[in-house]
Amino acid sequence: MTTRFIGKPLKRKEDPRLIQGLSHYVDDLNLAGMHYAAFLRSPYAHANIRSVDLSKARRASGVVLALSGTDIDGAIQPVPCAAQIPDMKSGARPVLARDRVRFVGESVAVLVASDRYAARDALDLIEVDYEPLTPIVNPEKAIAKGAAPLHAGQKDNVAFKWELEGGDLKAAFKAADKVIKQRIVNQRVIPVPIETRGVLADYQPGEGQLTVWSSTQIPHLLRTQIASMLNFPETLVHVVAPEVGGGFGTKLNVYPEEAIVAYLAIQLGKPVKWSESRRENFQATIHGRDQIDDLEVAIKRDGTILGLRCRVIADLGAYYQLLTPLIPTLTGLMMTGCYKIPAARMEITGVFTNKMATDAYRGAGRPEATYLIERVMDLVAAELKKGPVEVRRKNFPQPKDFPYATPTGLIYDSGDYQKALDMALKVADYKKLRQEQAKLRKEERYMGIGISTYVEICGMGPSSAMPAGGWESATVRVEPTGRVSVMTGSSPHGQGQETTFAQMGADVLGIDPSQVQVVHGDTSVVPYGIGTFGSRATAVGGTAVYKSLQKVKEKLARIAAHIVGSDPERMVFANRKIFAKQSPKKSVAFGQAVSAAYVAKTLPAEMEPGLEATTFFEPTNFTYPFGTHICVVEIDAETGDVKLVRYVAVDDCGNVINPLLVEGQVQGGIVQSVGQALFEEAVYDEQGQLITGELMDYALPRASDMCWIEAARTVTPTPVNPLGVKGVGEAGTIAATPALAGAVADALAPFGVHHVDMPFKREKIWQVMSKNRRRVQ
Amino acid sequence: MVNVTLRVNGETRSASVPPETTLLRLLRDQFNLTGSKLGCDVGDCGACTVIVDGQPVNSCLMLVGQVEGREVLTIEGLANADHLYPLQKLFEHFGSLQCGFCGPGVIMSAKALLDENPDPSTEEIRDALGGNLCRCTGYTKMIEAIKGASCILRGEEAPLVKSA
Repeated sequence: MTTRFIGKPLKRKEDPRLIQGLSHYVDDLNLAGMHYAAFLRSPYAHANIRSVDLSKARRASGVVLALSGTDIDGAIQPVPCAAQIPDMKSGARPVLARDRVRFVGESVAVLVASDRYAARDALDLIEVDYEPLTPIVNPEKAIAKGAAPLHAGQKDNVAFKWELEGGDLKAAFKAADKVIKQRIVNQRVIPVPIETRGVLADYQPGEGQLTVWSSTQIPHLLRTQIASMLNFPETLVHVVAPEVGGGFGTKLNVYPEEAIVAYLAIQLGKPVKWSESRRENFQATIHGRDQIDDLEVAIKRDGTILGLRCRVIADLGAYYQLLTPLIPTLTGLMMTGCYKIPAARMEITGVFTNKMATDAYRGAGRPEATYLIERVMDLVAAELKKGPVEVRRKNFPQPKDFPYATPTGLIYDSGDYQKALDMALKVADYKKLRQEQAKLRKEERYMGIGISTYVEICGMGPSSAMPAGGWESATVRVEPTGRVSVMTGSSPHGQGQETTFAQMGADVLGIDPSQVQVVHGDTSVVPYGIGTFGSRATAVGGTAVYKSLQKVKEKLARIAAHIVGSDPERMVFANRKIFAKQSPKKSVAFGQAVSAAYVAKTLPAEMEPGLEATTFFEPTNFTYPFGTHICVVEIDAETGDVKLVRYVAVDDCGNVINPLLVEGQVQGGIVQSVGQALFEEAVYDEQGQLITGELMDYALPRASDMCWIEAARTVTPTPVNPLGVKGVGEAGTIAATPALAGAVADALAPFGVHHVDMPFKREKIWQVMSKNRRRVQ
Repeated sequence: MVNVTLRVNGETRSASVPPETTLLRLLRDQFNLTGSKLGCDVGDCGACTVIVDGQPVNSCLMLVGQVEGREVLTIEGLANADHLYPLQKLFEHFGSLQCGFCGPGVIMSAKALLDENPDPSTEEIRDALGGNLCRCTGYTKMIEAIKGASCILRGEEAPLVKSA
């Protein structure tokens, strides 16, 4: 295959509709006779529900239906959880609370009205008699002796315990010259896609057809779950993910509203729409991170790390969403990072608290792992008075060590960690940065340099290691006119696969990308698929596309060879022609060969007509992208303000289909990470009120908060798939927080401080500096 | 109900709506101009940004009573039948958007900036986007595109190095 388009920065096929405001997200869709749903949500974090009185709301102008948890009891199954951990306790979330509410924002009742204002106004007429209970907000208090269990019939708030151990940990700690202990906190954050969630459902009683448009990353899984939750025939459920305005994992889920809005449309025989408000998005869409990690590291004096033990308290919130219990276990798998640490042990305690559930937020368990292990490397360096680069190099596996088996049971497919580190040091001019730092310190200016050398687990993943199937599907159909339709089970929502999959189609078939149309998100059109998350769409979904393209190409080669009288093995596809390699005059136009497949008069004997192929690609392993990020900050000694001065990112995501899109993914991920490091923090008060429940109170990074990102790449193709691609969607969020944390700790080194927990807000940094100033001077 | 008449994308439009209707709702629900997005409804995210009499505004914060007789430009009015506006071209060129939801608001804020300041510095661009939240892109490619568009609008050659 000649690669005319793969690897090139082609413009995105998605963009013409997006830049003209012509695209349709859920809230842009309107159906005749459409009604609007609104949910009444609990103002209490923990309370018994004595009664819900809907009588006034039902009489309100425009209201056509109002239901409480009791009204729908048994009609809609609880929110599904696909992740299973041995002996985990039940934490199933009812779609509407019936007896008790367990977090602020949990739905208690729903109503439907003829317009959205009437629906919202009528919520005020619902009377709920709550009996407030003591909320449990702090996860350590939640598992302390005597804490009342959130869930009836359980003895405490421990949802599960999960352990993983590899290597001889006892021997590692026995042989250690030193043991370093540290607690680090990875705070709860709120993902905040700019498009909130939304659902539109339409039921046609004649045909029995239910159509649900939802802002989701997993249209097929949602279809199966809606059918199961409503006990409705799956064949009659049609789910569409239209344009989706950002997901970051929040829409890799099944929410009560998706099932309830579908149920309401069936009950009423009218289309029903629900658009999530921003406040609802803060309170009732999944949160991310929220781990307390207690670390013990066994080290040699030369910087070799012998063993790592980590106890994690993972705050799950009140209930399980789709993957809630799985997320912290990914931290366990990746806890040794890109280092040859022979022994490791992880003990996770999953804890119920009166908060919204945590679940997959961009990176999902792996940013926590990178943060943990990279903080370890910096602490080891500080303890031994060595440089952070030296300690990292000391513990890297060598390129010849790949495939490399970790003590946590993973096999890293490929890697050259030294190369990425060297490139990043060169781009940053690290030596000079250190000189500058020394000079500034003399002037009592506090510049810090942070390094993060990371590896991530991507291309999710082999089904044997995934909760519900890790394969992906694709159908390629060359239409009779010669246009190519690619139907992918991936469900892109900004990643750009309409472009990258078209680049692949064009190169495989020797045509122009404009002739390839990528279709996704519609369960009636594309084969059953899994969806877009876990940096999998290109590595797994793209491979399925590639394999289907190859199947179609082979058939076309046979048809063309039959027409020109040549050997199918020798046929070449280029410039909309199919010709024999040795004698290019033996040539047919691409369209002529396509047409032959449909007219079906001149096909080789025994060949089926048509030109369509489907693949369900099952990856044999995950992929393991890696890289080095270097961050430079300067801390204002007077105010504690952390200013981002420089950011260098060297990433290796294997082969690249479209560098423009890869750059965008990296940049965006880094900025999300900067958000967590510098400002973002979901704060619940002691009463379980989410006090960072609006954009005014929860700071997202703005354009003015960023410095320029200097990006470069190394390319180490993965052997796991024929494209050699690894995935890049989460690299930024996985790599960047430790680079920032390292930079802040480095800046504060003159104060004798080696670790500060995120976020690095002015007040916190100023206090750290004020408290420690005297000690050093 | 109040009657309102205004100019939207060069055309005179009228509607009769409840007085609490916002300009954003008027555009989306009455005129079917759904390019302007609702991201927060309280003026924090900028996804609803349109230009009213030359000024960028959060259309979710402006009531119909404030737009009588005024000139409103939305994302749908930026390109003409044959040509994308330079900002749109450059956003496409640099791949400045990902999910695209914030895009219309960002492009309208940038348009208002360039109308007022044809040669903005990077810092001035960052400041002008201060009211627009984007969660996907990290803003970098947007800033590159706005710089490039400012060159084209000044009749200079744009630095188009990144894409084919």
